[in-house]
Amino acid sequence: MSAFLTYLLSGLAVGCSFALVASGFVTIHRVTRVVNFTQGTFTVLGGLTAGSMLNRGLPHGAAEAVAVLLAATVGLGVGVVAIGKPGTSPLASLVITLGLGIGAYAVEIVVWGDQPRSFAMLRGATVLAGARIQNQYFLVIGAALLTFGGLGVFFGRSYLGKALTACASNPYAARLAGINVTRMGLLAFALGGGLGGLAGVLVTPLQPVSFDSDVLLATNGFAAAIFGGLVRPSAALAGGLLLGVAESMVAGYLQASYQVEVALALMLAIMVWQARRRTLAVEEPG
Amino acid sequence: MLEVADLVVRYGSATALDGIDLRVEAGEMVALVGPNGAGKSTLVNTLSGILRPASGRVRVHGRLAQVPEGRQLFAELSVQDNLRVGAWRSGDRDPTRVYRVFPDLARIASQRAGTLSGGQQQMVAVGRALMSDPDILAVDELSLGLAPIVVAELVGHLTELNRDRGMAVLLIEQNARLAFDLCHRAYVLEAGLIVAEGRCADLATSPRVMRAYLGETGSEPQ
Repeated sequence: MSAFLTYLLSGLAVGCSFALVASGFVTIHRVTRVVNFTQGTFTVLGGLTAGSMLNRGLPHGAAEAVAVLLAATVGLGVGVVAIGKPGTSPLASLVITLGLGIGAYAVEIVVWGDQPRSFAMLRGATVLAGARIQNQYFLVIGAALLTFGGLGVFFGRSYLGKALTACASNPYAARLAGINVTRMGLLAFALGGGLGGLAGVLVTPLQPVSFDSDVLLATNGFAAAIFGGLVRPSAALAGGLLLGVAESMVAGYLQASYQVEVALALMLAIMVWQARRRTLAVEEPG
Repeated sequence: MLEVADLVVRYGSATALDGIDLRVEAGEMVALVGPNGAGKSTLVNTLSGILRPASGRVRVHGRLAQVPEGRQLFAELSVQDNLRVGAWRSGDRDPTRVYRVFPDLARIASQRAGTLSGGQQQMVAVGRALMSDPDILAVDELSLGLAPIVVAELVGHLTELNRDRGMAVLLIEQNARLAFDLCHRAYVLEAGLIVAEGRCADLATSPRVMRAYLGETGSEPQ
C-alpha cells in the first residue's frame, strides 16, 4: 500500500510537469488549430537560458524571468513564420514549426554545446506518506495549478479569452466581427512560447536538458494535451496527471525502461475510446 | 449609406464581379438576388472588407455588419458569448439590447451555440451582427434551410429593425419572392454583372425576372 502511495504521489508530481508542457500546446492549438512542433524547443530554450543566466550571476527569479520572456519572444517569432502569411493552412503551419524546431537544434548546439545542462533551484526532498518527493516538484505542482487555473479563467471568463477561442472556432466569422485573427494567433504563439519556457525553467533542475530533449518533453506534453482534444486546458491537466501516474506505476511495478511506451499506449487506448464514444454520440443523437 | 461604384473583384485570373454599381440609402431595404455562383457572397464579403477589390470603390457611411451565409456561429461558445464577441468593434458588450429584439435569446443565453436549432442559430447570427451597432446590415441568405414559419419570424424582426430604428438592410437572397416582398428596391446579379435593378414591384412583374427567379412559366403578367 505504501509503495502504491509512493508511486501515486511521485506520478502526480511528474504529471504536473507533463501538464505544464501540454499547456503551451493547448494554448496555441486552441486559437490557431496549429499543432506546434516547436513546443518542446520552447521548453529546452527556457531551461538552457535560465541556466546560462544563473551562471552569469543573475539571481533566481530574474534568470527564470529572462528565460520565460525569451521563450515568449521566440514563440512570437515562430508564430510570425508559421501563421503570418494569410491563407497558410494549419497543416502547412505544422510543417513550418517542425522545420523551425529542427533548425533550432543548430542554434542551441552553437550556443550551449551538445551536452545536457542543468541548474539547481529548490534543493532537497520531502518524505510524504513514504514517498520521497524532491522539493522542486512542489514548485512544479504549484506552477501547474496556477497555470491551469489562470488558463481556465482566461479562456473561460475573460473577453480576450473568448475572442481568442472564437478565432479558432470560426476564423471567418471572427474576421467579420472585426477581430484581427492573425494578430490573435501571434498572441497565442507568444503565450505558448512563454508557457513552454516556464515548463523548461521548472523541469530542467529535475532532469538535465540538451538540444534534443524537446522530443521526449513534447511527446509527453502532447500526449497529455491530446487527452483534451488539444483545446481544453482542464482535460490536458487531467491527461498529464494520468500519464504521470501511469508511467510511475509501470516503473514501480513492472519495468522502468518500458514506462514511456506503456504510458503512451494507455493514452492511445483512451483516445480511441473517446473517439468511439464521440462517433456513437453523432450516430445516435439524443 | 452604402455606395458601390464600378467594383471589380477577381480570384486570381477569374473575374467574380465585373463593374458593379449599387447604392443603399439610409433606412432603405434593398434586395440582391441571383442564382448560385452569381457573385452575391463575393460582393458582401467585399463590402465587409474580407475581400479586396481589384478596382472600383466601396464607400460605407457608418458601420456595416454582415450576417454571413450559413450562420457561422462560434459553436463552442455560448449564445451570450457569441453576442459579446460580436461587440468587438462597438465595445458595448452588454447583450441586453439584442435580447430586447430577440427575447428568445435571453432564455437560451447560456446554451452552446452549436446545440441550437437552425432558426435559433440564425437569430444568434443576426443578434451578433447587431452587437456592433451597425447602420447597415448585410444579411446573406437569411432563409436558407429554414422552415417558412421561422423565416417569417426572422423577417418580422428585420422589418422591425428597419422601421423602428431606421437601420438600412441589404438582403442577399436566392428566394427572390421573399426578397421582393420585403424590400423597396432590388438588384439582380448574374455571373458577376448587375443585369436588372429597380423597384421590387416593377421587377416582380418583369417577364425575365419572373421566369428566372419566381418560378413562373413565362406568361405575360396580367
